[in-house]
Amino acid sequence: MSATRFETIPRFGLFTAEHDELRDVVRTFVERAVRPHVEEWEAAGDFPLRDVLAQAGTVGLFGAKVEPEYWGTGPDLVADAVITEELARCGSGGVAASLGAHKDLAPTYVHRYGTEEQRRRWLVPAVAGQSLGALAITEPGTGSDVAAIQTRAIRDGAGWRISGTKTFITNGDVADFVVVAATSRPDRGRDGISLFVVEPDSPGLSARRIETVGWRTSHTAELSFENCAIPPESLLGEEGSGFGSITERFRWERLVMALSAVSASEATLDMAIAYARARHAFGRPVAKFQVWRHRFADLATEIEAARSLTYHALRRYVAGAEATPEVSMAKWFATELDWRVADEALQVHGGYGYMMEFPVQRAWRDARLGPIGGGTTEVMKEIIGRSLGL
Amino acid sequence: MLHPLFTPEHEVFRSSVRRFVESELAPHTEEWEREGRFPDWVFKRMGDLGFLGVRYPERYGGQGGDWGHAIVVAEEMARTGSGGVGMAVAVQSEMATPPILKFGTEEQKQRYLVPAIRGEKIACLGISEPNAGSDVAGIETTARRAGERWVINGQKTFITNGARADFCVLVTRSDREAGHEGFSLFLVDADAPGFTVSRELHKLGMHSSDTAELVFDDVHVSADRLLGEEGKGFVEIMWELQGERLIGAAGTIAGAQLAFEGTLAYAKQREAFGRPIGSFQANRHRFATMATELEAARQLTYDTALAWERGEYPVRQISMAKLYAGVVANRVVNGCLQMFGGHGYATGSGIERAWRDARLIRIGGGTDEVMREIISRTMGL
Repeated sequence: MSATRFETIPRFGLFTAEHDELRDVVRTFVERAVRPHVEEWEAAGDFPLRDVLAQAGTVGLFGAKVEPEYWGTGPDLVADAVITEELARCGSGGVAASLGAHKDLAPTYVHRYGTEEQRRRWLVPAVAGQSLGALAITEPGTGSDVAAIQTRAIRDGAGWRISGTKTFITNGDVADFVVVAATSRPDRGRDGISLFVVEPDSPGLSARRIETVGWRTSHTAELSFENCAIPPESLLGEEGSGFGSITERFRWERLVMALSAVSASEATLDMAIAYARARHAFGRPVAKFQVWRHRFADLATEIEAARSLTYHALRRYVAGAEATPEVSMAKWFATELDWRVADEALQVHGGYGYMMEFPVQRAWRDARLGPIGGGTTEVMKEIIGRSLGL
Repeated sequence: MLHPLFTPEHEVFRSSVRRFVESELAPHTEEWEREGRFPDWVFKRMGDLGFLGVRYPERYGGQGGDWGHAIVVAEEMARTGSGGVGMAVAVQSEMATPPILKFGTEEQKQRYLVPAIRGEKIACLGISEPNAGSDVAGIETTARRAGERWVINGQKTFITNGARADFCVLVTRSDREAGHEGFSLFLVDADAPGFTVSRELHKLGMHSSDTAELVFDDVHVSADRLLGEEGKGFVEIMWELQGERLIGAAGTIAGAQLAFEGTLAYAKQREAFGRPIGSFQANRHRFATMATELEAARQLTYDTALAWERGEYPVRQISMAKLYAGVVANRVVNGCLQMFGGHGYATGSGIERAWRDARLIRIGGGTDEVMREIISRTMGL
């Protein structure tokens, strides 16, 4: 029983002084390279993705999970969590989503399941910010129920031909490589699913950008594969191992969504409070009315609870635990809260909250995706319910 | 995998507390609930086992542990199956006595703290009055100097352990003109002339624990019973409340967790419309929601305790942990009662008791509303 043991425990059992330094670096990057341009980019519904990607790559935002031999600075998942949190505060869900999807989706599949040659070809330039990845799992008829995907992969000589449609694919129409889930053995259900890396110039692949209610700067696309021919080295991991890989990667994707949601909700609450302090009604700042003070206190409390729940899942994941129920809890709880915070923030803005010239409407639209993407709240509760033996 | 607040040694300690609670306390719960109090031997026995001084230095008979140990005790006491015993024990070891260690003289520690840790003296904490609860600054019990002594007059209410305490850590107003600088704490023996237990109070829940109204009628105490600095009582009691709230949060969540687990087991075997009620999707999702909120409340409490041990004084987080634990626990036990249907509404299921007992945390130790005031003030609002 020694009291001094606590001196050696990092903050939340996670963050060291080095992580705090990294946080400053990422925050500075966001303040310089992203934040000043957010309004302009959002109005345009696009942003100079290649340019920002390259800058972020130079700062090292895509390498925290990756070893130095692939140009990374890791592996350090806590450092990666810090990067996620700071990107989520950039003021544009779309920019955070584009960069975050690149950081956490397609390249990490190549890192984890790829051969040495595949890693050199797709992972290294992705870490450097010179190449953009996208992950294509969802289909028009299949979202959270991954085992039911319809996209077919048929052997064609040594290579493959892909047929089917993928949708809601972040960075899908602008990516340099797309990790695609397809079934090569429909009779085997989940054990028939394999992963393939497809490049955009493959014959038979076409992409169409989809308009979205939020995440306006990021490209969301539908990809059509019409007998799309790809070479043998496109297969990522073993044939039939795709479902397990997706399930495994989902945990990190969901954890990252929880981390982002906690961070974004905090930024949204700060925005709401700043407005409520400046805005007067009935002779005093709106922030001084007790009803609002208590509402802000409740939201801040729930954000703190979401943070503790998310860090609990992160600690377990980083330690190598399976952590599926914990991650699922954090994902639905934090993303639902982010949405609720955004709705309250919009409310305190009154009429201005409904106007496009105030940023709170964007927080509101952007936050709405959280309880849907990466597995809906309903699917998270199914997973948790199953873990309880129900 | 343990939260960093805990080590494997804490888990060994947890099993020994659990063994004691399950074998020596839990069998008596029904009887104690009926009688409206538990016997004094519980304090003595827990003192002998070292469970009343886990965070206190060994030189005073404590175990030299940390917040992790105190939280383990609070959590395991929930396994008595009622909130009352755990609350009374927490008042003894985590609410009434910490100010003695923190602010007391060596003589006061020897006289009050050491026997309290042994379970030989029972302690109560006198803050609330009929007209002042969460608004501590509004208390009216006075202490005035009379030569070398102090004379105390006033009334305290809702005092846990009050009917049988050997001494009371009492908050008084010693200088009416000095505002927040006019409060002082005293150690008052229960056998002091003028100190009476005017009545015992009946409560909605927490039945195993006795609650009293105390009257101080010209109670004379010597100058050496002033606890801490004269005029500093308000700050001192605010410090006390931080630990009280943290331990209250931990115990509350543990109680709700047990109710949740019992309800989950029930929902797996109770059938309706031809299948277990837990297999209905609406109930499955309700359980998922409850499990998530409990975990969030628990981790918030652990993180708060960890921050405190790491050297922060996390007043905002403590208020958040207490507020959130109370809100979640009440929602969870209410959901549990619903799952039990008619059996939940009938006394004897255990759920209705958990439901009644959980209600107190949103009032005691500072109401939800006061927590929101503190939180919003620390946010500059």
